[in-house]
Amino acid sequence: MDDRGIVIVGAGEAGVRAAFALREKGYEGSVTLIGDEPHLPYERPPLSKPVSEAEAVRAIVAGERFAETGIAFKRGQRVAALRPSEHQLVLEDGEALGYRRLLLATGATPRQLPIMSACGVLASDRIHVLRTVEHAAAIRRYMGEGKRIGIIGGGFIGLELAAMGRMLGAAVTLIEVQPRVLMRGVPEKLALALQVRHAAEGVELICGVAINAISADSDSVVVTLGDARRIEADILVVGIGAQPNTALAAEAGLAIENGIAVDAQLRTSDPDIFAAGDCCSFPVAIYGARRVRLESWRNAQEQGSLAAANMRGAGEMFVGIPWFWSDQYDLTLQVAGLADGAVREVARSLSPGAEILFHLDGEGRLIAASGLGPGGAVARDIRLAEMLIAKAAKPDPGALADPAVKLKSLL
Amino acid sequence: MSNWVDVCASNEIDEEDVIRFDHEGRTFAVYRSPDDSYHATDGLCTHEKVHLADGLVMDDIIECPKHNGRFNYKTGEAKGAPVCVNLGTYPVKVDGGRVLIQVG
Ligand SMILES: Cc1cc2nc3c(=O)[nH]c(=O)nc-3n(C[C@H](O)[C@H](O)[C@H](O)COP(=O)(O)OP(=O)(O)OC[C@H]3O[C@@H](n4cnc5c(N)ncnc54)[C@H](O)[C@@H]3O)c2cc1C
Ligand code: FES
Repeated sequence: MDDRGIVIVGAGEAGVRAAFALREKGYEGSVTLIGDEPHLPYERPPLSKPVSEAEAVRAIVAGERFAETGIAFKRGQRVAALRPSEHQLVLEDGEALGYRRLLLATGATPRQLPIMSACGVLASDRIHVLRTVEHAAAIRRYMGEGKRIGIIGGGFIGLELAAMGRMLGAAVTLIEVQPRVLMRGVPEKLALALQVRHAAEGVELICGVAINAISADSDSVVVTLGDARRIEADILVVGIGAQPNTALAAEAGLAIENGIAVDAQLRTSDPDIFAAGDCCSFPVAIYGARRVRLESWRNAQEQGSLAAANMRGAGEMFVGIPWFWSDQYDLTLQVAGLADGAVREVARSLSPGAEILFHLDGEGRLIAASGLGPGGAVARDIRLAEMLIAKAAKPDPGALADPAVKLKSLL
Repeated sequence: MSNWVDVCASNEIDEEDVIRFDHEGRTFAVYRSPDDSYHATDGLCTHEKVHLADGLVMDDIIECPKHNGRFNYKTGEAKGAPVCVNLGTYPVKVDGGRVLIQVG
């Protein structure tokens, strides 16, 4: 018997879930969780949402749970290298650690704008990305009355920060080089509804412009646009997506394909190494095994949990449906499934200001559903749509459009 | 001692469904199960304080509308991440076609 246990690299949503899932499923061997952040594992979604300062750092689990469940948690330690042929990894300080099975849950790193290095302004006190509690704390200092926040990127993080900035009284300018916000993954109708709301809340939204230059000094940041407009702000946040943390895996010779490539059981090209969460790309069963990489909280949990089972030989396929939410003002957006490939959109109006779009493919199969509305207004129907998507159902479009027909009755 | 509070008529909750009930500054979720029994829990999810009445009821489970945390609404038991703290539950009875809960 090999007494080396299971080692998990990355103490975020996926890594932590995997560690605890191992114990919940009765694994008694050794579990070591290694994370390079100095904190107890925390949730990232609150970092861009207007929660109180006290709630801004939400632990994924209470600290004492590690000792109680016998999980060795090494925080503030970076894994510097993997040696798959020796079933070993090496920490930054040189310590080597053996493993029987390894999970890579290394997450993703925000992209920087190429123009930033071209202009000689890298992330500074005035220019930030948002991924960690440190980033969030630095940004939060500029969120109040009388402050001016510039945001580049109309993705979820940019839009959530814009909402948060306005709710806390700051002036907000959001710059998106695409013709509209949320070009990826959100249907135009809902994206435009969000734009209208942001404009009504006083966000200055500038879409479809090039960014020519960025300059920063100790007092402010200036973004010069393609049309020569100058946007001056106290702080600039760049939210233009993230790239998967694949360096460790790549250097160890694992297959990389827009993320650490895993199969349907979340196994990498090395049979004893698995990957889960934002760092990996995987085939989605319901879309003909199309390979995708997601940056979604629930996906990270589901994959962490499944990787835990499969590292012990369960051999289960990942069948999760992509799902995410975003909160802006009192509105919640929820999207289940992947809508690209849809040829038809069917709208269901739930109440004033709450709408669901169902996305159907050429054969009438429901492949995605997107909903936007106040609070929990769209949640139940999105969840039911997700179940229909999982069943590859071909619901009657008339029934989908009719709010009087309960979606549950279509299951 | 027993302070039963009137919630609604029994047919105002659909089978396998949930409604919100507010009483003296507190909020509850009141359920009707697929086998036609009635149950009550705290109204707010123990993860982030989101009301469960917008959630989906499937068999004995209420799923939180926000992040899909799951609870058994008959026992209040949290069924796993992201929820780890149970919901409080409250006695329910149906009397003369009315649903009543004992809020204690
Ligand atoms: C501001 C923000 C808001 C978000 N809001 C939402 C939302 O509303 N809805 C939604 O669905 N999703 C949201 N997400 C996405 C969600 O948080 C992520 O999908 C999720 O955190 C991914 O989990 P993960 O474990 O894969 O990666 P991470 O949470 O990034 O964890 C990876 C960890 O591994 C560590 N690590 C990396 N390399 C090493 C190494 N070599 N050695 C040791 N440790 C290492 C990293 O430092 C990090 O701590 C948001 C993300 C952010 C940043
Ligand atoms: S608020 Fe209920 S699961 Fe998060």
